[in-house]
Amino acid sequence: MQFGVFTVGDVTEDPTTGRTVSEAERIKAMVAIALKAEEVGLDVFAQGEHHNPPFVPSSPTTQLGFIAAKTSKLILSTATTLITTNDPVKIAEDYAMLQHLSDGRVDLMMGRGNTGPVYPWFGQDIRNGIALAVENYALLRRLWREDVVDWEGKFRTPLQGFTSTPRPLDGVPPFVWHGSIRSPEIAEQAAYYGDGFFHNNIFWPVTHTKRMIELYRTRFEHYGHGAADQAIVGVGGQVFMRKNSQDAVREFRPYFDNAPVYGHGPSLEDFSRETPLTVGSPQQVIERTLSFREHFGDYQRQLFLMDHAGLPLKTVLEQLDILGSEVVPVLRKEFAAKRPAHVPDAPTHASLKAAAERAHDLETIEEPSV
Amino acid sequence: MTERVIAVVTAGLTTPSSSRLLADQLAAAVRDELSGRGVEARIEVIEVRDHAHDLTNNLLTGFPSTELREVLDTVAAADALIAVTPTFSASYSGLFKMFFDVLDDKALAGKPVLLGATGGTERHSLVLDFALRPLFAYLKALPVATGVYAASTDWGTGATNLRTRITQAATELVAALNHEPAHQTDPYENPTPFEDLLNS
Repeated sequence: MQFGVFTVGDVTEDPTTGRTVSEAERIKAMVAIALKAEEVGLDVFAQGEHHNPPFVPSSPTTQLGFIAAKTSKLILSTATTLITTNDPVKIAEDYAMLQHLSDGRVDLMMGRGNTGPVYPWFGQDIRNGIALAVENYALLRRLWREDVVDWEGKFRTPLQGFTSTPRPLDGVPPFVWHGSIRSPEIAEQAAYYGDGFFHNNIFWPVTHTKRMIELYRTRFEHYGHGAADQAIVGVGGQVFMRKNSQDAVREFRPYFDNAPVYGHGPSLEDFSRETPLTVGSPQQVIERTLSFREHFGDYQRQLFLMDHAGLPLKTVLEQLDILGSEVVPVLRKEFAAKRPAHVPDAPTHASLKAAAERAHDLETIEEPSV
Repeated sequence: MTERVIAVVTAGLTTPSSSRLLADQLAAAVRDELSGRGVEARIEVIEVRDHAHDLTNNLLTGFPSTELREVLDTVAAADALIAVTPTFSASYSGLFKMFFDVLDDKALAGKPVLLGATGGTERHSLVLDFALRPLFAYLKALPVATGVYAASTDWGTGATNLRTRITQAATELVAALNHEPAHQTDPYENPTPFEDLLNS
C-alpha cells in the first residue's frame, strides 16, 4: 500500500498570526514538504493544479520536475490534473517528459476542477465538464499508446499524423487515477479503462465516499478488469496530530475555524464526526485510517492533506515527522496483515513495464512459426 | 388502507408561529380529504428552524449533516409537499429558500405541492404567485392552482374565508396525488454506461 501527502497549494493567512506567506515562500514550502515526505519514508507526493488565486500551483510539471531532481524514490503525482481545460496534447507531452526526467516516478490523477470562471478563461464551458473529461482523456490515452494519431473530436482542433513526443518512458504510459467527489460518470470512466479511482475523502461523509467507490468497483468488474476487490482505489484523509489529543484540538481549531473550504461553518467536533477529519493523537489517526478499510475495502493508496488553511511550514514538517515515524509504519503493517493475497498493489512504472513485457513475450510465443 | 406520505415544510421563526398554524391546518385538511377517499395520510412535519445551523453548514461545506440528510430524504420520498413560509421583505424568508437551495434540484420534480404563506397584512398575498410559484416551477414541482395566504385578520374575522381556501387547496392537492411522481433513477445504482458517454 502506498502512503503519501497531497496538497492543494493554497496561500492562506495564518489565523493565529495574521501573516500570509508570499507565493515564493509557498512554492518553496511545497518543495520542502515533498522532500520531507521522502525523508520520512512516504511513497507519494501529489499536488493540485489551479489557475486562480489563492492557489500557486498552475504549472505542476515544472514543480514536480524540480522535486524529481531532488528525490530518488518518491512517486510524483498530480491531485488533480485538469483534464477539462488543459489541452490533452500538452498533458501527453508534459507528463511523458516528466516520466523520462524522473525515471518513471510519475502518475496522474485526472479531475475536472471546480471553479466556474476557469473554464471560460481556457475557452471552455463548465456545463461540458463531463463531456470534456471523457473526450480529452480518450485522446490522451491514444496519444500515449499510438505512435501516430489521426483524431477528430468536438473540443479541440483535429490532428492528422500527429506524434506526441517524447514517447512514454519504455513505451509505458503513466498510471492514471480519476478523481471525483460526486460524479458517477467519472467512477464509470475509471472502471471502463481499468484505471485507478481516487476519492478525496475530505469534505464528504464516509457513507457517500463508500457509494462512489462501490460503484467504481462494481463497474471495474463489469468491464472485465478483474474482481471488484481488485480494483485500484485511492482515498484521501485529513489529520492533525499531537502526542496529547487535547493539544492537537487546541492547536488546530483556529485553522479549522477559518479554513477556506469549511471555515465559519460546522464545529471541529461536528465536522470530525461527519467526515474523515481526525484531530488527535497518532493512535487516533491510526484507528480512524484503519477504519476506512471497513468502508472502502482493501485499497492501494492513502494520501493525507497536511498543509492547508495557513498552517506554518514548521508545523507541517512536524506533522510529517509524526506521520512517518509513528503512524505510517503501523498502518503499513496492519493493512498488509488484513489484505488478501489476490488484491494487487497500486501499479508503478516498474510493474506496468514488467506487465507489458510479459504481454509481449506471450504474443511472441503465440505467433505461429513459419 | 393505502397510505400517502405528505411532507410539510414550514419556515416560521417563533413558537408558536402563524406559519406552523397554517401548515397544521393545511395538513389536517389534506388528511381529512384523503380519509374521505379511504386513504391514510402520514404527515411528516419539518420545522426549518430546527435545521437552521445544518442548512448554513451544508451551504458552506457542500454536504448535509446526517440529521439534515434524513430530512431531505423524507421530502424527496414524500408523495406530496405542503410548503409554508412567512413573508419577509416582499418574498419568502431566507431560511425557507435555504432549505430548497440545499434540497437536490430534482427532488421535487413531478411532485404535487401546496403553497402557503403568512404575513401581517393581506397586501403581501401575491408572494404566493410572484415568489413561491416561480421557485417551485424552477424545481419542476407541480404546485396546485390554489395557494393559501393567511394574514393576521384571517385568524379572526377572515377565518371562514381562510377555511374555504384551505379546503379548496387540500382538495386540489389530493386530486393531483393521482399523478405518479416523476421516476427518479439513482445514478449510483444505474450509472450511464461509458460507451454512451463516449458517443454522446
